[in-house]
Amino acid sequence: MALSTEEASRFAGLLQENEDALIGAWTDRVAETLRGRLSRVELQRQTADLYKAFQQALAGGAAGINRDEAAELRAQLSELSDGRARQGFSANETAVSIFAVKDAVLKVIGDDTAALLSFIKLSSFVDEAALFTFENYTRTREGLIADQAEQLLELSTPVVKLWEGVVAVPLVGTLDSARAQVVMERLLQTLVDTGSPYAIIDITGVPAVDTQVAQHILKTVVAARLMGADCIISGIRPQIAQTIVALGIEFGDIATKATLADALRYVLNKNGARKPRER
Amino acid sequence: MERVPVLKIGDILLVSIQIDMEDQVALQLQEDLADRIVATGCHGVIIDISALDIVDSFVGRTLATIASISRVLDAETVVVGMRPAVAITLVELGLSLPGIRTALNVELGMELLARHRAEEFTDLDELGDEDEADTPAAAAS
Repeated sequence: MALSTEEASRFAGLLQENEDALIGAWTDRVAETLRGRLSRVELQRQTADLYKAFQQALAGGAAGINRDEAAELRAQLSELSDGRARQGFSANETAVSIFAVKDAVLKVIGDDTAALLSFIKLSSFVDEAALFTFENYTRTREGLIADQAEQLLELSTPVVKLWEGVVAVPLVGTLDSARAQVVMERLLQTLVDTGSPYAIIDITGVPAVDTQVAQHILKTVVAARLMGADCIISGIRPQIAQTIVALGIEFGDIATKATLADALRYVLNKNGARKPRER
Repeated sequence: MERVPVLKIGDILLVSIQIDMEDQVALQLQEDLADRIVATGCHGVIIDISALDIVDSFVGRTLATIASISRVLDAETVVVGMRPAVAITLVELGLSLPGIRTALNVELGMELLARHRAEEFTDLDELGDEDEADTPAAAAS
C-alpha cells in the first residue's frame, strides 16, 4: 500500500502549510519521551531538519524509503540514529522520535475521511523510515561494542619493564585465543625492542587455568625461547596449582614461581651467579 | 648462485643472512661454515637471521645440523635475532629447534659465547650443567 505520487505531494503541501504547528507538536511529543536529556533548542533543530527531509521526500513523490527521492531523508535518519546511539538513548526512545510525526499529522487532518485513507499509506511510509532508523541504530551500537572490545584488548595487555633486562606481563582476566595471540605478539616484540633476555608472565589476575590457557602460555614461552629469551611463570595461586596438577598439565623445565617477587629474585640471582664467571 | 658471507671477528665467525634462504643456499652455507671453522680455528659461530621473514622446516633443520657440525668441530653456535613472527610460526608448526642456542641480538649472542668459553676454562667441574647457560644474562654492568 504505497503512497501514490499525488497523495505524496498532497502531504508535502500539508506539511508545508502547517510547518510551524507540526514541528511544534512533533517536538513536544519527542520531548516527552526523552525527559529533558536533550535540550529543547537542540531537539527543535533536529526535528526541523528531519521535517524538511520528510517534506522533500514527499514532494519528490517518494513511495518508499529506499527510493532515490528519499536519499536526503535517509541521510538525516542515519545521522539522528547515530547520534542517539552514541548518546546512550534507548532503541525505543529513538524509534518514537520518528513515529511521533504520525500523531502530529493526525491532529492536523482531523476528521476528513478521504485524507484519513491516504494517511494510512503515509503511516506505512513513516513505519519504513522508523525501521530504517532502528536498523541503523543497531548497527551503530554493534560498531561501538566491537570498538570497545578492541580497546579492552589493547588496554588489558601491558608489558612492563621490571629491571634492566627483565620485562613482565601481568595478565588480568580470562585468556582466550585472541587475547593470548595479542599477548604473545606484544611480549615477543617488546623482547626484541628492549633486548631483554628475561620475561616474567604473571598470571595472578587469571581467574582459571585450563588446558587451553596452559597451552597458550606454553606456546608463548617456547616462542620466547626460540628468540633467545627465558620465560618465568609467576603468580600461581594455590587453587590454580591444584587445578594444573589435577589436569595433568606439564610445564616441563619452565620455571614457575608463586609470586612476582620470587620470580624477580630468581632472575636476578641467575644473573648475579653468572657475573663473577665472566671475568 | 648467491652465497652468504662468513665474517671472522676475533674468535667468532659471524654469518648474517640477508637473502632469501633457499635450500641450495642453506646447504652451501653449511659447507662453507664447516670449512671456515676448520681453517680459522674459531670457537664460536653466530648466525644472524634478523632479516629472514620465513624460516621453513628445511632451514630450521639445516640450522640444527650446522649447530651439530660446529659442536663436533669444538665451536658453539648461537642463532640470533629471530623475529617474533618467525618464532610464532615455528611454534605453531611444532618446530622448537632443539639443540640450537638462541639470543635476542648479536651483542647478547657474543656475550653468551664469551660466557660459555669462560665457563669451559675456569669451571671445568661445572660443565655438566650446560643447559643452564641456555639463556644469556642481561648486559653486564
